[in-house]
Amino acid sequence: MISRLSLPNAVKGLPLPSWLGDVASVWLAPILVLAALVAAPLLLSDFRVALLGKFLTFAILAMSLNLIWGYAGMLSLGHGVFFGLGGYAMAMFLKLESAGGKLPDFMFWSGLTELPFFWAPFQYAWIAIPMTFVVPAALAGGLGYLVFRSRITGVYFALITQALALIVSILFIGQQPYTGGTNGITNYTTIFGFAINSPTTQIVLYYATLATLALTYLLCAWLIASRFGRLLVAMRDDENRVRFSGYNPAALKTIVFALSAGIAGVAGALFTPQVGIISPTMMGIVPSIEIAIWVAVGGRGVLLGAIVGAILVNGAKSGLSESFPAIWQYFLGLLFIGAVLVFPSGIMGLLRGEGWRRPEWLAADRLPGFAARVLPGVKR
Amino acid sequence: MIGRRARQIFQTPASHAANGAGLGAADDKTILSVEKLTISFDGFTVLNELDFSMKYGEMRFLIGPNGAGKTTLIDSITGKSKPDRGRIVFDGGTDLTRQQEHRLVRLGIGRKFQTPSIFGSLTVYQNLEVALGFRNRITSLFGGIRSRESDRIMATLEEVALVDRASEVAGSLSHGEKQWLEIGMLLVQEPKLLLMDEPVAGMTRREREKTGELLQSIGSTRSVLVVEHDMEFVRRFAQTVTVLHLGKVLSEGDMETVQRDPEVVRAYLGHGASGNRTVAESSQPRRGTAAGV
Ligand SMILES: Nc1ncnc2c1ncn2[C@@H]1O[C@H](COP(=O)(O)OP(=O)(O)OP(=O)(O)O)[C@@H](O)[C@H]1O
Ligand SMILES: [Mg+2]
Repeated sequence: MISRLSLPNAVKGLPLPSWLGDVASVWLAPILVLAALVAAPLLLSDFRVALLGKFLTFAILAMSLNLIWGYAGMLSLGHGVFFGLGGYAMAMFLKLESAGGKLPDFMFWSGLTELPFFWAPFQYAWIAIPMTFVVPAALAGGLGYLVFRSRITGVYFALITQALALIVSILFIGQQPYTGGTNGITNYTTIFGFAINSPTTQIVLYYATLATLALTYLLCAWLIASRFGRLLVAMRDDENRVRFSGYNPAALKTIVFALSAGIAGVAGALFTPQVGIISPTMMGIVPSIEIAIWVAVGGRGVLLGAIVGAILVNGAKSGLSESFPAIWQYFLGLLFIGAVLVFPSGIMGLLRGEGWRRPEWLAADRLPGFAARVLPGVKR
Repeated sequence: MIGRRARQIFQTPASHAANGAGLGAADDKTILSVEKLTISFDGFTVLNELDFSMKYGEMRFLIGPNGAGKTTLIDSITGKSKPDRGRIVFDGGTDLTRQQEHRLVRLGIGRKFQTPSIFGSLTVYQNLEVALGFRNRITSLFGGIRSRESDRIMATLEEVALVDRASEVAGSLSHGEKQWLEIGMLLVQEPKLLLMDEPVAGMTRREREKTGELLQSIGSTRSVLVVEHDMEFVRRFAQTVTVLHLGKVLSEGDMETVQRDPEVVRAYLGHGASGNRTVAESSQPRRGTAAGV
């Protein structure tokens, strides 16, 4: 029920056998979205396809956050870091391939004469590509274990992950010779020997991203439907009861946080070759908060919600910021407040016919609870 | 009616196996032994060299004025509060005082909280499924549920009279039903020792009656410790009562004896003056206090 997108009103009206109705109510919407995304390159210009490909990496990223926030109730405001680490791991591979055995340009400019030891393994795709998952997952696993073991939850967890975003982005800016500093890593020429900017390569990357998105969706759907998924929801509802039911919440949360970070890293790895650059701006505090906005707008705790939210918000962003750059930030803020206060299940909630609700703090003397409302799903 | 049904279900071999080990050992009849337990918060001593013990298969009621330390005692048995001094020996040897909460559950200690503590957005069935899965290895949580497990869940639902509600979202249950669901979540784990903090608080008279019968049937096969303020309820269902006051056991015995104990009368009168109920006072369930959770 929570995990499934249902379009009951649309489907129930049709004279279908009931099992088909069940299948349709679960899979109809995802299949429609998938079909639209498969067809998109046939209808859009190369420029728009490139943009959409970037949004799809954001959709994967949003799904990774939705997994921990929408289901397990842990709001991470540092997911940009995990996305960025995946992006950097991929960038190291691309940079080394483009350098063709020489020292990457920015290292040379910073006065390095030799390739740093931790860069060397990234010349091999079979190391670099798994690392796009492993590095962020390991960081999240380590940090998560320490944090969850100390029973840090809710707002405090959100603040710690935000601090992580700050620390890591500053670290990457400061280590110019190893990370490219503020400029990040850019100027790739080839990927697996193919010209990286050619339209064909970009189309292939688009479909690779779409396939990853579909696989991530299936993985999350399977996870949510399993007993493990129910445990995640149980932790969101009452972590103490999970503990007093004989589980170690710290272990469960560490696992799902690491998994989520790994998925975010893979999204980053797909971002880098399509956009042609990865830089510390992607890992700062603002992008990390934006991810939460995509999820809130699309629909927390609905798998498809994160995808819809990421694509629509970013679509609106590029549309609006082209025409009214000054207004965009305000619009984004309003969108977030609206999604949180009035449409708690986001766009997907509206589509499902859940409608909107009058904010409780307007209805009664609930203003003290306002703070809790601003970050839904953050308990206490 | 629930009682009879529950009793039938408890005659299954599985539940005997869960309790049998302790009952068989004739020389050691004590399931729980609290020895010189001292806990203080910010210099204020809540439990003071407390000695307390329970036998296998016993149902014990724990009463006492507000702030006597009843909830704190349960907290320390379930690992929620760490004592300053003293030991808590469980099931012939394990000292509970240095263990993590979830490990204590694995040893066979189940706890019902004062306010219903359930998973509101899962269905009733899924609540029990989560509770049942606690012995599984984490990898098996990715597979489906086994039929033996689902039989066990259905039997427990029957026991707590929630079969009709199985597929409803737990958050939509009434207060009393939530309390039963939480009791069900404990029963499905087949604990050796059940600790219940005010299980009938906030229930209607009819619900209290049903819960009492349920407790009796549970208590016929395993050890149960019930904290309760509702004296009518205690009088009706308790055999042995322990009175806690200022972090010490004040009196112990059947309800008659305890009620006549002058020390007990004095302890309750002292509190009665400040607006709290007395031991003789009766039926309306006291409303839960923040300190009691
Ligand atoms: N975590 C804590 N920090 C400080 N004081 C506490 C804490 N827990 C309990 N106390 C204090 O310890 C005393 C005993 O509390 P406890 O909750 O055990 O009483 P109780 O017998 O359960 O009372 P009630 O009948 O009201 O539920 C109270 O004075 C309470 O304020
Ligand atoms: Mg209490």
